[in-house]
Order: sequence, then structure tokens, then C-alpha cells
Amino acid sequence: MTRYIVRRVLWLIPVLVFVSLITFTLMHITPGGPWDTEKAISPTAIANLNAKYNLDKPAWQQYLLYMSNALRGDLGPSYTYQDRSVTQIILGGLPNTASLGFFAALVALLVGVPLGIVAATRQNSVVDYTALAFGTVFASVPSFVLGFVMIIIFALTLHLVPTSGWGKPVQYVLPVLTLGLNQAALLTRITRASVLDVNRQDFMRTARAKGMNEFLVVRRHLLKNAMIPVVTVIGPILAFLLVGSLIVETIFSIPGIGRLLVQGISQRDYSLIMGTTLLYAFVIAVLNLVVDILYGVIDPRITYR
Amino acid sequence: MATTVSKPAGVISLPSSPEQVAERGSSSKGELGIIWSRFRRHHFALIGLAALFFMVLIATLAPLAPYSPNEIDRRITEPQYMSHGFAPPSAAHWFGTDELNRDMFSRLLWAGRISLAVGFLSVTIGASIGMLVGALAGYYGGWLDTVLMRITDLFLSFPFLPTLILISAMLHQYKLDGDVTLIQVGTIVGVLSLLGWMDTARLVRGEFLSLLNRDFVTAARALGASGPRIMLSHLIPNSMAPIIVAASLNVGGFIIAESAISFLGVGVSPPTASWGSMLADFQSYLRYSAVAVLLPGGAIFITVMAINFVGDGLRDALDPWLRNR
Repeated sequence: MTRYIVRRVLWLIPVLVFVSLITFTLMHITPGGPWDTEKAISPTAIANLNAKYNLDKPAWQQYLLYMSNALRGDLGPSYTYQDRSVTQIILGGLPNTASLGFFAALVALLVGVPLGIVAATRQNSVVDYTALAFGTVFASVPSFVLGFVMIIIFALTLHLVPTSGWGKPVQYVLPVLTLGLNQAALLTRITRASVLDVNRQDFMRTARAKGMNEFLVVRRHLLKNAMIPVVTVIGPILAFLLVGSLIVETIFSIPGIGRLLVQGISQRDYSLIMGTTLLYAFVIAVLNLVVDILYGVIDPRITYR
Repeated sequence: MATTVSKPAGVISLPSSPEQVAERGSSSKGELGIIWSRFRRHHFALIGLAALFFMVLIATLAPLAPYSPNEIDRRITEPQYMSHGFAPPSAAHWFGTDELNRDMFSRLLWAGRISLAVGFLSVTIGASIGMLVGALAGYYGGWLDTVLMRITDLFLSFPFLPTLILISAMLHQYKLDGDVTLIQVGTIVGVLSLLGWMDTARLVRGEFLSLLNRDFVTAARALGASGPRIMLSHLIPNSMAPIIVAASLNVGGFIIAESAISFLGVGVSPPTASWGSMLADFQSYLRYSAVAVLLPGGAIFITVMAINFVGDGLRDALDPWLRNR
């Protein structure tokens, strides 16, 4: 187990080197630089700027310099925000993305898991069909479509919530639902399928045959086994919420990491792009790692190689 | 990012219902016939297939649309529609017009061509790459397996959407000559395939590993069949069921991915539209015409849902082939 964890943690290093190398290469082979603005900048000014940001050095030196600084938590200066470093900018956006993701995950878990369980235990009832319809519709609707539908209904027609913005609790409602309901649908489907699957097993019949109280059967035998597939998708779900917030932040103008990346791309802010992409890769890799380890804790039948 | 709950391995499903027994017994039907008769029982899958067929059909027939997709209708003279477009539906424009008074219906058809082509092409190419990698890794094993699977893991660690946006944005910096739309669609398909082959590779490798010890493979080998021959005529056909199911469920995800990058403005360039870029264009006009957003949005939604229905139906129809190992 310990060896497995150590090996998985060490695997993070090649992953991050690979992601950073590809991102770096992409940015450097692309025509156009951060100084291509509307108004022309004089060649000497560009040379000075390049020297200031080490852009005049060979590409491999720039990369090594960047990576050695990144290891110390310094993601370099931003080219568009002259007064703040990329680390500061990202730290400013991180709480917004994190709280959006946290509440969306809460919605996904609190709607998806109970709905899936209830649907499966009352198979072919009205509740089941409602859950299935919910699971099908919301799993197929992309966030940018759902977001606009909710803006039209709740903001423009009913005037219950503002169309965009961030900070006040009421401004959380639409973005959190837009991001969370899609994953809630996925969780409903997975939970329902898993509960139905476990319910068919022999040990469930045995438990009921020996006269065990139905509540205990469900709690001890059914849920314990049925939750294993659900736990395995929590990692992908969190990763999806993180990445999906990119679109949701753009729709609702939320100052989070995703909007920073989109902004950085349109302004060719190399270091901002690099910093946010690395952060995404890092968080997703760590999430997968944690879930793989958790998987073994929950299901003792799994052995690590 | 579809996740499927894996069924326990090694479960041999015996024909349980009389229909199933009849299915297996009838030799006249053949495998495709059996799959179709199982698929047909899944009503939503049939509805999905019909909806998908309809979408593909009207997208194919886009050249017959009443207007050219970029043609601005200057006959619209009402002041409010002249200034911000979005004339309501009429006999001349069935779905109304867009912000520049271009025919909404015709544009939706042309946009659908792009979205659907990107979805189906990138899944096909991605699945082919995945099959090649998975086949090589699974069949030859050893160091090749280790190297290929490590590469697969590295690609899996890429944050899909940010990378996709990044590469598309970078490609946008190039000045393009010739058929810009064709080049852009080609690059989007290329990038999507490059980021979407890993699931298939793992799937195929797993299938190969479980098939390699089966008697018919040993028999083929004993008869002197070469590696590529065993792979092409024995292993690949026997691994097709899970590949088809995974691929069919991926199409929807890829259509959404294309719409997402077009929505963020790094997909196809105007005046060419995809459903995602139409959605992005209309978001600034929500106050003039809220319904406009629902047209490309609804098209994406219906297509993706139809594909998911078909995928679910295929999974059920191919169930014996997925289980019997």
C-alpha cells in the first residue's frame, strides 16, 4: 500500500513535466506574442520588455528558468497585469472557483445519490421514471445551454436572480445549479444502476430470507456495496466540475481560474496560461490519486500492485 | 466523460427468457439481425436513432436550404429588426432571422453539418488511434505495453477542456489561406482525436489480454497465423462490442466539446457557424430575443440526447457480447 502510494505520487512528476513541456512548446511555436496589441510598440520597447521577462533567452533556458521558479511557487510575472504576479492572480481567482465547485459538488451529491437510491428501491414507479428522466435530460444538456435556459427563466422572465456577477449568495444560485445538475444526473444514473445491481445479488436474498429488518438490509448490505462505483466516479466528477467551471465562469462572469485562462488565451498572456494549465493538471492528477487510494480503503477486495 | 459501471468479469449469461433462447436458436438471423432485434426492443433507442437520422439528414441536405447561410436579408425594413436583427418567424424565414438578419433555419442546418461532422469524424479517428495503440500494447505486451500504457496515462492526465481550448486558440493565431472552414474543422477534428483515443486504447488492451488465452486464438496461432492476422481477423472483431458502445457514447461528448470551444470563440471563424458559435453570438442579444439561444442550444441538446439513447440501446443490444468473457 505504502509502495503503491509512493509510486503514484512520484508519477506526478513526469505528468507535470509533460504537461508543462507541451504547453510551453505550443505557446512558443505559435505566431504572435504578448506585445501584439492594437497600438504599435516601438522595437526598442519590445526588446526591453523581452529582456525584462527573459523572453530574449533561448526557449530551453526560458523553460528551465520557469520551472525552477514554479517549484518555489513563483509562476512568474503576468504580461497583462503589470502590478501582480501570476501566483497572486491565481490565488485571487482560486477561492471563487473552489467555492463554485464545492457547492456544485454538494448539489450533485445531495441530489444524485438519494435520487438514485430511491429510484432503484422503487423500480418502475413514478419516482423511478422521474429520476430516469432527470438523469437522461440533465446528462445530455451541456452547461452553456442549461446556463442560458436558466438565465432566461429565472433571471430575465421571473426576475428572481441576477443574470451574472459574483459575491452575493443569490448570485451563486444559477452558476451552482448549472454546474452541479449535470453531474447530479450522472450520479443518479450510476447510483440507480449500482443499487439495482447489488439488489440482485444472492447475499441480498439471504439477508432478507433470514428475516432481517429491511432498513438494516438496505443500510448494511445494499448501500455499503452499492456505493463503491459511486465513490469511484467522485474523482472524475470533481475533475469535471473543475474543468466545467471554465464555461460556467465565462457565462456568468465569475472571476475564477477558468475565466483567467480564457482571458489569458485571448491576451496571449503566456505565464498566466501556463500557470492555470499547470494548476488544472496538478489538481486533476491529485484528485485521481486520492480517489484511487480511497477506492482501496472502501473496498477491501482491491489489492494494490 | 461518461463513466460506466463495470460488470463483474467472468459472468456467463445464460439465455433466460424464451425470446432470448429463440434468438440464439435462429441461425437464419445472423449476429447483426440479433443485435437489431434486441436494439428494437429499446423504445428510446429507436426514438434516438430516428432523431439522429433526421439531424444527419437535414444537415446533409443543407445545400438545399432556402437561403445561403451568410446571406443578409435586406428586404427586412422594420426599424427595430433592421437595427438589431432577430425578425420573428415568418413565411420567408421559418425560424426568423439572426442578429444580422441572416436566415436562422438555413444557418442552423449549415452549423449542424459542422457540429455533426466534427463529432463523428473525431470519434472515428480517435477510436482508430486507440485501437492501434491498445492492440499493439495488448498483443505484444512486454516493454512495448509498458511504454504505450505510460504514454496513455500521460495523455489521460491532460486536463481535456483547457488543453483543447489552448490548442484551438494557438491554431487561431495562424493566418489561413484557402478553404478556412475546412482547415479549421480539420484541426478541431485532429485535436479532438488526439485528446480522445485513450479510453479506447485501454479498452482494447483489456479485451486483447482476456482474449489472448482463449482456445480459438491458440488454434489460430497453432495453424501458423501471423500476429497482424490474428489481431485483424480474430481479436479485433471479438473486441468490437465494447469499442462500439464506448465510441457511440463519445460522439455526444465530442459534439459538446466542439460547441464549447466554438462558444468560447476559438472554434470555426465567422461567418461560418457551428451550433456552439451561434449560441455565443446570441448571448449578447438575450434581451432582444431570448428564444434565439434555444434554437442552437436545442439542436445540441436533441442531438446529444439522441446519441446517448442510441448508445444505451447499443449497450443493451450488445450485452451478450459484452458479458460473455
